[in-house]
Amino acid sequence: MGSFGKKIERFWEVFYKYNGYQRVLTGLRNTVYIAVLGLAIGIVIGTIIAIVEVFPKYKRLPRILNRICRLYVGLFRGTPIVVQLLVAYYVVLPLLGLNLPALHVCVIVFGLNSGAYVSEIMRSGILSVDPGQLEAARAVGLSYRVSMMKVVVPQAVKNILPTLGNEFIVLIKETSVVSFVGAADLYVAFNYIGTNSYEFMVPYLVMALIYLVMVMAIAFLVRIMERSLRKSDRSN
Amino acid sequence: MIEVIDLKKSYGSLEVLRGITITIKEGEKVAIIGPSGSGKSTLLRCLNCLEDPTSGSIIFEGVDIADMRVDINLYRRHMGMVFQQFNLFNNKTVLGNIMLAPVCIALHDLRVKKVKNLFIRIKNLFSRNKTPLYEITKTRQQIIDEARENAMRLLKRIGLEDKADAYPSTLSGGQKQRIAIVRALAMNPKVMLFDEPTSALDPEMVKEVLDLIRQLADEGMTMVIVTHEMGFAREVATRVLFMDEGRIVEENTPQELFSNPQHPRTKEFLSKVL
Repeated sequence: MGSFGKKIERFWEVFYKYNGYQRVLTGLRNTVYIAVLGLAIGIVIGTIIAIVEVFPKYKRLPRILNRICRLYVGLFRGTPIVVQLLVAYYVVLPLLGLNLPALHVCVIVFGLNSGAYVSEIMRSGILSVDPGQLEAARAVGLSYRVSMMKVVVPQAVKNILPTLGNEFIVLIKETSVVSFVGAADLYVAFNYIGTNSYEFMVPYLVMALIYLVMVMAIAFLVRIMERSLRKSDRSN
Repeated sequence: MIEVIDLKKSYGSLEVLRGITITIKEGEKVAIIGPSGSGKSTLLRCLNCLEDPTSGSIIFEGVDIADMRVDINLYRRHMGMVFQQFNLFNNKTVLGNIMLAPVCIALHDLRVKKVKNLFIRIKNLFSRNKTPLYEITKTRQQIIDEARENAMRLLKRIGLEDKADAYPSTLSGGQKQRIAIVRALAMNPKVMLFDEPTSALDPEMVKEVLDLIRQLADEGMTMVIVTHEMGFAREVATRVLFMDEGRIVEENTPQELFSNPQHPRTKEFLSKVL
């Protein structure tokens, strides 16, 4: 136990006296930055893909668009996000001759990646609404677009919102791989502290705790949101 | 009013409707009976193109609505539909359910007129012979108020005005179905299509729904009813169609068809259900 106390002491020294906490704060900020912006981009892309996928496919254009979307989703769900990051940073960027900071690349890749997952969330959310609802709206003479906007989508949102919260949790956790392309996240900060105090046990333990607290806080918010949505489901 | 000519519908290799030809005149109450899987519901759903017919035509007010180029939404407004599972909009209150279509459609028309007027005004600036503007008689608010008034009147008619702000999930099946009927009436339809309106109801709620349908029939509404309630079909219908395996096997007045069926298949069916 004595050695553990010493380890904490050494961690505290680097964390506090040598400004390790500033790196931790930067890392935390980057983690949240990537996850939030990634989810925002993901929601935009996911919405577009979901619209294409649930749109009736009598004509050729929706069918072609649908193919493209399936390919996109297949591509981003079929490879690990680390691989996508590395490919984006070391293959795509040089090929395009672009020079972007690692953080921005991370935001884009996480956005594209979560777009694939969010599209599935939205698609299943829309499909889980009783088809009779759309039929009834069409039967009174509303167009497909108006029926979707006024009847189906508002009901789908109840299924979608809590699941989006879970997607956010997944994103927060997955950001721990961004150091592969040199973006400074929580792992980089605590790794720095570990290297400088020659001691890794406490830093990584604290890092785990921070992730855990973040995720639990979001999970709690999602739970509240879920409950309030259910409430409006029952009665007025 | 509705003329169905050689209507066929198949799902893949499964032929559900094998050539249906019927004429429904104004004021008629047509009941469609038959065993499950005989295509009754499919026929009814083809009448307002909820199912696209594979071939054949459906002439409603002189227009073939089975044609994909026709804007079906315009014609569906004049055909009320009532479903077996009620299908009230779960995210809307009772009042919202009834008002949604009239308000949405009237506001859409208003917007279209305003945009067209804008173009006409611009055109009138440059041309000598002035094109008249589209007449706009009601404001947005007036449209909404009128729709609300109409919805409340309809709710009062079925005695559910106190449920105006309730959500469908709090209502009984009979209440839901009566509201679904009233929702269809809010569009002032020329014909009402009922798809087994009482099949999903508790026995004690069947009567209140049938009473409402009977009232509508007495008021002279044209209707097509797919039903398993033989007594009701006999009493309300002016004509009964018996369907089996995608064809109309026999059609006659209810008195004749029920008491003196001609086709052996009709005899067999009626002997089982009556």
